[in-house]
Amino acid sequence: MPLLKLFGSDLVPALEEPLQEVSLEDWCDNPQAHADATALVIENDIGVEHIAEDLSSFGIIILMFPTFKDGRAYSQARLLRERFGYTGEIRARGDVLRDQALFMVRCGFDAFEFAGDDAFAASTALAELSFAYQPASDRAEPVWRRRLDRPAAA
Amino acid sequence: MYRYDEFDATLVGERVAQFRGQVERRLSGALSEEQFKPLRLMNGLYLQLHAYMLRVAVPYGTLSSRQMRKLAYVARKYDKGYGHFTTRQNIQYNWPALVDVPDILDDLAEVEMHAIQTSGNCIRNVTSDQYAGAAADEVEDPRIWCEVIRQWSTFHPEFTYLPRKFKIAVTASQNDRAAIRLHDIGLRIHKNDAGETGFEVIVGGGLGRTPYIGHTIREFLPKKHLLSYLEAVLRVYNLEGRRDNLYKARIKILVNAGGVEKFTDLVEAEWTAIRKSEIDLPTEEIERIRAYFTPPDFEDLPAESAVLEQKRKGEAAFARWLRVNTVAHKTPGYAIVNISLKPVGGIPGDISDVQMEAVADLAAQYSQDEIRATHEQNLVLPHVKKDDLYVVWQALTVQDLATPNIRLVSDIIACPGLDYCTLANTRSIPIAQRISERFSDLEQQEDIGELKIKISGCINACGHHHVGHIGILGVDKKGEEFYQITLGGSGAEDASLGEIVGRGLSSGDAVGAVEKLVHYYRNNRQDNERFIDTYRRLGADPFKEALYAAA
Repeated sequence: MPLLKLFGSDLVPALEEPLQEVSLEDWCDNPQAHADATALVIENDIGVEHIAEDLSSFGIIILMFPTFKDGRAYSQARLLRERFGYTGEIRARGDVLRDQALFMVRCGFDAFEFAGDDAFAASTALAELSFAYQPASDRAEPVWRRRLDRPAAA
Repeated sequence: MYRYDEFDATLVGERVAQFRGQVERRLSGALSEEQFKPLRLMNGLYLQLHAYMLRVAVPYGTLSSRQMRKLAYVARKYDKGYGHFTTRQNIQYNWPALVDVPDILDDLAEVEMHAIQTSGNCIRNVTSDQYAGAAADEVEDPRIWCEVIRQWSTFHPEFTYLPRKFKIAVTASQNDRAAIRLHDIGLRIHKNDAGETGFEVIVGGGLGRTPYIGHTIREFLPKKHLLSYLEAVLRVYNLEGRRDNLYKARIKILVNAGGVEKFTDLVEAEWTAIRKSEIDLPTEEIERIRAYFTPPDFEDLPAESAVLEQKRKGEAAFARWLRVNTVAHKTPGYAIVNISLKPVGGIPGDISDVQMEAVADLAAQYSQDEIRATHEQNLVLPHVKKDDLYVVWQALTVQDLATPNIRLVSDIIACPGLDYCTLANTRSIPIAQRISERFSDLEQQEDIGELKIKISGCINACGHHHVGHIGILGVDKKGEEFYQITLGGSGAEDASLGEIVGRGLSSGDAVGAVEKLVHYYRNNRQDNERFIDTYRRLGADPFKEALYAAA
């Protein structure tokens, strides 16, 4: 299960450091008991607003893909980035495949525990679409803005 | 109509390249069918009973003649010489080989067409009024906003793995030809008391196993906020929609389970948080898109055509076609022409490559190069001069495309059914064929008037039987095909869900049942009542009695 992280527009293999993980529920029950936690795990049926106040306590938040078809974590990631201003690592865990990586990056994920052995092709997958029609959590300029910036036709 | 710029063209080209890679990985075994399935579905490729099926998007039902010619070419080169127009204004090919599909998509990309998001649990091809830009009764051309939605929803990173598929329809007319109350989101462009145009937002309609009429969650949304409002609805759905049960995953279940007030509150709260963001398009981009939908240069013509009047008097068959298959255009001297894909005994929505070429020729010569696909599985030439109607009629007649039955009893919607579909319990197409044969008398059809028959081969309701004036649902009982009749449905502005009237019938009796119902209606209608009006006035009981008594 190789871990890859986003650097610029590339996914590169990263060293898997041991994490002290805590679930959002356990953290909310008793934060003091988990003061040494380094990563927060949020299941995908829990609202991320529950942790809004404590986001700065964590350098890593792990969001879950029980199956790749279950896309709730895309919304959770965007909310963490865009609404709650979280700037730490957002890691995708579970059924994480290369064909979903581009959209995950667009929603704010920057670390991936790849499920398959096609992890090393994932960087290629990120480059498969050059433009985005809509703004999201990445800094991709939406196509409409590129159109506005383009010099008027002579 | 909208034309791709370099950004649109690049994205579609890249998508084909991406899918080509995915097909190669599937063929080499690097991808399992389970992993490949959502990828192929997102590119419109199904695995049906006998073969793959490719569904090609016709965004909001608008086609140029060049695009129609390419569809004909694909039918000839890669399929068995025909295609099938669907209830979502798309076209399906029933027999492509997997290995050919990337080449088909490359061919389609040459004419700015694709199969992106025609399946899968994502935002599907947006549909609209087939008369958009031509209808006398519209507030403005709804396709401007369809194109805005097309771009926003294409490759939306957050909404590609939704609980279930998501369908949006837009109309700008009081007369609903896009079935907006039966979509996940229906949008109706209208004017408020201050004279501004905006959207009525309707959410949670749908057919399938559990049909619902949509609820209006906002009477008036200023147009500039459309995308942020849609994003709010989709985010609430993505996070809150059920994923534990395939049959309870559509947004209609979410809206109705907790109540529409609660759902509306969630959407409004989400919208308040995001409405100031960059999701909504700047005016410049909306105007850029709007410019593509500038009406064509219509000639200044008298309202009536002398040529037309002369031919109308002379030829009864032409006069009938004019009455039934043409519709008022907003410009004097023009008409909207409906092309029936429902010949007597034919397969609803099917069209051969030769017919496609003929339609393309007519569009190029007589209809400002435009063709529309309708959700009732017909085609439209939206801008025909009244002076040209006679030659257009003659050309359509030669191709068996002039059956004068639009909105009549033989203009039947039918799902592909057990002839193609893996989900179906029963066949639908043969029932449609037999009904149209039984009612082949054109004079009788016209006398019966508007009567919408819709046939589904299973409870997934792709044939929209819930909203048929007469709906027919195929059910399997111990290996035998039975058909349940529903009455009183409508997919139009007076939307309603039909009710089941009684026990299922054999396929032979189902056709006879339609005849009995029609007979009862003709004997009991008042004035100009349509079938549905008589049914609503008298209620279900007398119709049930007519159907089952003395059987």
